[in-house]
Amino acid sequence: MCRIGAIKSLNYLHPSKALHLMQSQQKGHDNSGFAMVMQDLGGIFAEYKDLPTLSLACTDEGLKIAETLLQDKGFKQVYQWIPETNRKPGMDIQAMPNYVFRTFDYPSQFAGATKEEKEDLLTDTRLQLRATMEKDATGFVYSFWPDVITLKEIGDPRDIGAFFNLLEPDDSFTAKLITAQCRQNTNYAIVRYAAHPFFLQGYTALANGENTFYQKNKDFQSTLHRGYVGFESDSQCFLYTLHYMHRQLRWPLSYYKHIITPLPFDEAVKREDAEQLFAIRQSLAHLEINGPNTIIGALPDNTLFVVCDAKKLRPIVVGHTADTVVFSSEVCGINEILPERDWETDIYPNEREIVVIDKNLEVQRWKQ
Amino acid sequence: METVKINDLACNDLPWKVIYDTERCTLCGSCVSACTFGAISPKVERRRKSFSDTETPEPKIKFSATPVIAQQNVLKNFCRGCGVCERVCPNKAIRSERNPDSRFHVVYQASTGSGPKRGGRNNLDPHYRTLDTLRVGRISQMTDPSLDAQRHTFDCLAPLGRILPAAKLPFTVGQDGKLVKNGHTPPVRWIYPVIIGDMSIGALSWRMWEAVAMAVAYLNEECGLPVRMCSGEGGMPIRLLKSRYLKYMILQIASGHFGWNRIIKTMPDMIEDPAGVLIKIGQGAKPGDGGLLMAAKVAPHIQAIRGVPKTDLLSPPNHQGLYSIEESVQKMFLSFNAAFKFRVPVAIKVAASATSVSVFNNLVRDPYNIVGGFFLDGIDGGTGAAHDISLDHTGHPVVSKLRDCYQAAVAQGRQGQIPLWAAGGLGKTGNLAADAFKMFCLGANGVFTGKLILQLAGCLGNDHGRCNACNTGLCPAGITTQEPLLVRRLNPDRVAENIVNYFLGMDQELRKLMAPIGNSSLPVGRSDCLVATEKSVADRLQVQYVC
Ligand code: SF4
Ligand code: SF4
Repeated sequence: MCRIGAIKSLNYLHPSKALHLMQSQQKGHDNSGFAMVMQDLGGIFAEYKDLPTLSLACTDEGLKIAETLLQDKGFKQVYQWIPETNRKPGMDIQAMPNYVFRTFDYPSQFAGATKEEKEDLLTDTRLQLRATMEKDATGFVYSFWPDVITLKEIGDPRDIGAFFNLLEPDDSFTAKLITAQCRQNTNYAIVRYAAHPFFLQGYTALANGENTFYQKNKDFQSTLHRGYVGFESDSQCFLYTLHYMHRQLRWPLSYYKHIITPLPFDEAVKREDAEQLFAIRQSLAHLEINGPNTIIGALPDNTLFVVCDAKKLRPIVVGHTADTVVFSSEVCGINEILPERDWETDIYPNEREIVVIDKNLEVQRWKQ
Repeated sequence: METVKINDLACNDLPWKVIYDTERCTLCGSCVSACTFGAISPKVERRRKSFSDTETPEPKIKFSATPVIAQQNVLKNFCRGCGVCERVCPNKAIRSERNPDSRFHVVYQASTGSGPKRGGRNNLDPHYRTLDTLRVGRISQMTDPSLDAQRHTFDCLAPLGRILPAAKLPFTVGQDGKLVKNGHTPPVRWIYPVIIGDMSIGALSWRMWEAVAMAVAYLNEECGLPVRMCSGEGGMPIRLLKSRYLKYMILQIASGHFGWNRIIKTMPDMIEDPAGVLIKIGQGAKPGDGGLLMAAKVAPHIQAIRGVPKTDLLSPPNHQGLYSIEESVQKMFLSFNAAFKFRVPVAIKVAASATSVSVFNNLVRDPYNIVGGFFLDGIDGGTGAAHDISLDHTGHPVVSKLRDCYQAAVAQGRQGQIPLWAAGGLGKTGNLAADAFKMFCLGANGVFTGKLILQLAGCLGNDHGRCNACNTGLCPAGITTQEPLLVRRLNPDRVAENIVNYFLGMDQELRKLMAPIGNSSLPVGRSDCLVATEKSVADRLQVQYVC
């Protein structure tokens, strides 16, 4: 089973926190990988919140491809962070030659462009990069978006932490929202893209589970949006559904649960909004999920939430203090990060609710 | 010595031979009166017996006139092998036996100038079934837990009605963050994923039709299963049209438009909307043929419902006046949608054919969003009456065609917009749950069934040519006849009970298949949970091949 976690705080946090959160649950996963998405960045990236940062792991050839492509499009590099990597003998890590975290200014012709136009440009550029590098596996581009950094690596999370020098906290590399997952996708071939969290246009999702409606979801999503690609993991479907309903359809987050795990018919008919619920279930029948799942998601405004499958077959705990909220598959992860919290206020979300953490860190429980 | 009259009909030309044992027969006459086809009759045979009544042989000859039961060698009265004589005989003195050397087709056509007709079913290739090469092969084990068929709840319903893509739903976000609907959406009904298929009140006896209707009402009102039944062509009793039970009925219109005069006249008095309207374009068992109700079955009540005299009722092979899909969409669908003020889903039933995907594509792209279901009927379905040639040599199996339609929808991102319902030989082995489940996985939203319902009522026919005399009006089981005496053979309460029990069992069995794959709602399009034991089937349907 995967272990997943998320930390959202009013203060900037170093990713070592996320590593600690996941380390304590290591008996539950198989130490085969570590991946995280950092949003609402602080430290060295704080100045560049409006400019897109590219997160890329690649070979030397891949790096050339990426540089040429971005240059041709007119992107101007404004900042670059090169992680200090330290490889020691015996480390369990399948590192790529280059890790690129570069921030760019938009091409000059986009000076007067709308937010949507810029966002389209970023998505198209990332998809193009991905397609170009996919051929000879010269690189993996995880995100190209303002205020977001993604890191995915295959190997032992502790070694990955040591390799990237992420075990010791500092103030230079921080974020207010970090989502993380340990374990590669062991169901299928090990592919870097298959590691959660997945990110698309400001939306992040990661899951612990098995989406048995993967085939249905995938068949439906493949034609819905150009960004719905890959499908290396059945959990990508959760991200695409979130993106589709929130960004494309512009429906409120509360409907996410109604789409993925609709109320049973006999409950839905009794509801005041039965008409809407039926319409949603009908029109998005192929986005329903099945199987045991816990899904953590984040919205572009950095709202964090968690939902479970309709039978609550996978665990998740929410622990919080005045300035930090932690989601974790196992409570031991929260104990590690927030030892001082009042554990009586921990929330074990049920199968019919969404637990939402808003901008001000208010913890809300929405009943489906 | 008799002369050999080779051109006269002999019993060994016929498809069934009656085997009779004089020794056991008491001449009670039960078999003769029970045989609805007049295939047997009493006659007297001259018997010769040599015997000796002395201690040393002194043969004597005795002739006697012995009454016997004999098979008729008359084409009109050929034995159908229904086995009713055997059923009624208290002494096991008579039975019928399949004649492997039958010359029936040749002699029938040679003497009548027309091909034989029959009812019931398609008999070609009854052994091989695509669905039997498929298995539910993806079982939830370690990566995801399977469910408990008894303990967990399952949502086993299917939509009937046109479904809009989410982006076209007339929703806005209200002040409270809730979605508000401000516009019309096509009517959609969530019903049980097995519809009792369209068998008309003319094709079935009134008792049989009533039994099915009773079963449907009971399933809905007592068992909580929202099963719907389609009327078949020819309308239904006015009392039912005006009753609250109309909501369980899908009204069918076929090319003969029989019965619609009365339906339309009754509209102002309807207190419920029907569950749907089904426009029948074609029928899987005999594609290209219209409906056929022989005069023998056009009893007074049928004449009244349909508004016709006693004569052969032939529905044309196509809807006169509909020459293209555009027309059918615009004219027929719009008028039926409008007739019920856009409150009732209107669906179409077509015979599976090499062209089904084109038809489906045209409907799914229709800009009016008024086609509420695509009913695809395959070759192996039943029929009240048809020419043998249509049954034996026309048609298209449903499995691959259903899959093609689903995949066509997937390629356009339109899956689910027009619900797919499939039929044609489903449940032929007796297990409809398994067949239906596999069809769901291949992309069907639901299935419909007719012939199986006849089996449940006690139909004596089978896929090996037994009986299949539904066209004659002489159904020995009282199912497809309008003869009052024969109809009384059927006990409608028992039939209704059988149907109800079968559906309850099937509902359990559906759960027994959903549980191991870990799904609590129908796995429509989940071809990943099927495996095929035949490579050609696997390739054609795009499921995993296993061996
Ligand atoms: S099998 Fe049926 S048709 Fe044949 S003789 Fe017996 S009752 Fe008549
Ligand atoms: S028993 Fe009746 S319904 Fe069955 S095949 Fe014979 S005639 Fe048809």
